Amino acid sequence: MKRLLTGDEAIARGAWEAGVTHASAYPGTPSTEILENIAKYEEIYAEWAPNEKVAMESAAGASMAGARSIASMKHVGVNVAADPMMTFATMRVNGGAVLVTADEPGMFSSQNEQDNRNFAKMGKMPMFEPADSQECLDMMKEAYEVSEEYGALVLMRMVTRVCHSKSLVEVGERKEVPVKPWEKDLARFVCVPANARVNRVNMEERTKKLAEYSENCKFNFAEYGDGKVGVIASGPSYYYAKEVFGEDASYLKLGFTNPLPKNLIQEFASKCETIYIIEEDDPYIEEFVRVLGIECHGKDVFPSYGEMTPNVLRKALYGEELPQVEYAKEKVIKRPPTFCAGCPHRGLFYRLGKRKDVMITGDIGCYTLAFAQPYAALDAAICMGASISMGHGAQKVYNKAGIKRKVVTVLGDSTFFHTGVNSLMNTVYNNSNTINVILDNRITGMTGHQQNPGTGYTVKGEEANMIDMETLVRAIGIKHVKVIDPNNLKEVDEAFDAFWDLDEPSVIITRYPCVLKKFSPADLEQFPGLFQTKNVVDAEKCIGCKLCQKTGCPALIFDKATKKVVINRADCVGCDVCTQVCPKNAIVKEEK
Amino acid sequence: MTKNILLSGVGGQGTITAAKMLTIGLMEAGYDVKMSEIHGMSQRGGDVVSQVRYSKEKVYSPVIDKGTADIVVSFEEMEALRCLDYLQPGGTVVVNTERIPSMTVLTGAEEYAEDVIEEIQKAVEKTHVMDASGMAKELGNVKAANVILLGALVKLMGLDDIDWEGIIRKNVKEKFVDLNLKAFQVGADAVK
Ligand SMILES: Cc1ncc(C[n+]2csc(CCOP(=O)(O)OP(=O)(O)O)c2C)c(N)n1
Ligand code: SF4
Repeated sequence: MKRLLTGDEAIARGAWEAGVTHASAYPGTPSTEILENIAKYEEIYAEWAPNEKVAMESAAGASMAGARSIASMKHVGVNVAADPMMTFATMRVNGGAVLVTADEPGMFSSQNEQDNRNFAKMGKMPMFEPADSQECLDMMKEAYEVSEEYGALVLMRMVTRVCHSKSLVEVGERKEVPVKPWEKDLARFVCVPANARVNRVNMEERTKKLAEYSENCKFNFAEYGDGKVGVIASGPSYYYAKEVFGEDASYLKLGFTNPLPKNLIQEFASKCETIYIIEEDDPYIEEFVRVLGIECHGKDVFPSYGEMTPNVLRKALYGEELPQVEYAKEKVIKRPPTFCAGCPHRGLFYRLGKRKDVMITGDIGCYTLAFAQPYAALDAAICMGASISMGHGAQKVYNKAGIKRKVVTVLGDSTFFHTGVNSLMNTVYNNSNTINVILDNRITGMTGHQQNPGTGYTVKGEEANMIDMETLVRAIGIKHVKVIDPNNLKEVDEAFDAFWDLDEPSVIITRYPCVLKKFSPADLEQFPGLFQTKNVVDAEKCIGCKLCQKTGCPALIFDKATKKVVINRADCVGCDVCTQVCPKNAIVKEEK
Repeated sequence: MTKNILLSGVGGQGTITAAKMLTIGLMEAGYDVKMSEIHGMSQRGGDVVSQVRYSKEKVYSPVIDKGTADIVVSFEEMEALRCLDYLQPGGTVVVNTERIPSMTVLTGAEEYAEDVIEEIQKAVEKTHVMDASGMAKELGNVKAANVILLGALVKLMGLDDIDWEGIIRKNVKEKFVDLNLKAFQVGADAVK
């Protein structure tokens, strides 16, 4: 039967059909839905790990123990997982193991663009690149066969369009794969140098065999047209190219791309006059083709970044897009993402942004938006967990140079558990005096509300052990800790005031649930009346000063006709941040 | 021939649900369908675009090339204007007369032009302006605006033969079935 599935759903289905029994992941767009969908299958144990390194290691251990396992993550997650991945990739796996990397050409919601196919090359890992949802499912099943046949960790390289596009998929049934016996095998699983050297040599043999597999793999195939133009493409670029080059061109569609099929490429090239290589991000295939001495066009024509959508290809090839409607482009406004109405981050940043002589090192999460107007309350962001450690580095410099500047670091609960906790150990150990704010909105917000070690639930919605952040922070050695309600602006100010001049590190935990969270019974108990009220503006008192709008709440709208602010009732959740800002006390609770 | 439909709006308006029902309908009618959605961040307030392509033959790209959409259905005025790059000359626009200010407008950095609808009408002859949100309110629930727009879209694309009633029944909560069936019809009638 055919179903309409996203690539992520199809990866999950493929893992299930392939008999996977263990799945570990850390959320990250566009990979998040893979584990969320896997978690729906009873037969598979599924977990959110605190970070990608842990997810990779969990999957590696499951594979050693004999199960088919999967780890999934976004492209930058692979950087975090790279340490275990690179060495696990040298071992002969027991149960089949697949690592899914979801790359983001075009950076729809990422801090960088990186082509993780380079990891496959560096780690000598077999790699698949699905072009649509059907291939996601089929390649997953094949990936486990390859993993066990050749004893290698397999990399599945997805891109945003494949993860988040739906297409028709012929689904199959699950094949139960019993857990393979584990035998004590020190040479195989203990990577001391003596064993690592043997593994290294064995990998060469493995790569040779995989190169043969690549020549015959059903996912590497040619379609011949009139012999003039030949297109070599991988992933969705194949479909994009078909839209632009049409049916007359020849295509070599590469779905298994490490190692690449040398003979197949040479044969294809010999039958075409001009070769174009179309791939997203780096000239990964192109470099291989050029080393074979084949003349071709690739990144000399097409961009080295972003998606290779038909529009991009057309512009690169012909210098123009298809004819379009003419309209008043200058009237189109920007629509940047903003904190939701009632977001518990608002109060904190509204007040923090007003402090002087401060550097605010931030992190990756919804709160990264605090860099923008009207807050401008975040001065740096690199990667998850970096806020605390970057802030530490900066504070050391200021202190040593005698520059009077306080460093405040800010990160979310999920990010704190991800890698922030390691950074905080450094801050304590090397005695910084940064103020570290953990924005505990009781969920992993930005990626669509996943559970984490602090929320008390697993990915399957079952109750779990809940790590108490305050106890953890104190156990590390932080002596100055305050847990505050970020919607209470006075509490926010008092917490900063209390810690501003300390010579020791401090932590402020802001605790209030994300508005979009599905509240747990514990949330409802701990936060009575959670977002149950609505506020209105008393038009008689409002003087139209717009001070409330400085909180950046999208529910506050200035009515040009009356010159007063009105609250959009549908959006307001009664968080009361604006109420505390209004100089005329014009914002009041709606009468029931 | 592959047909291209682009739905646009602002997060929380229900574009994604409408696009989902549309694709299920097309699939059940035997079309090859691809749909692409970019929904990176979970916050409300960003723009959302769903692209749907379908054909009796194989559909290749899941994304619509600029200048090729047969129809743009926008849940919000500005988002219709933003997506006109995708419309093919001679194509159709359905625009809901809802205006959602963005943060740049709220902070005064930008102005939300009063004449967005006029600009669209100037650029596109086949423009259907609809107060879907108002119509939905009349039916008793603003949230049904997306199904009103779906009804209009289906009518304009000549996809009436598909069993939309069955699809609505299967895909919305039981207590909303009647509301949504009515909404669908109201939308279809509005563009007759
Ligand atoms: C290494 C890495 N993994 C995953 C992500 C994706 N990601 C971006 S923000 C975020 C979650 C942030 O959650 P939290 O810290 O709780 O803050 P919130 O969004 O709830 O404010 C994740 C997982 C990433 N950018 N980098
Ligand atoms: S999703 Fe939650 S954390 Fe993110 S902006 Fe909205 S309320 Fe804030």
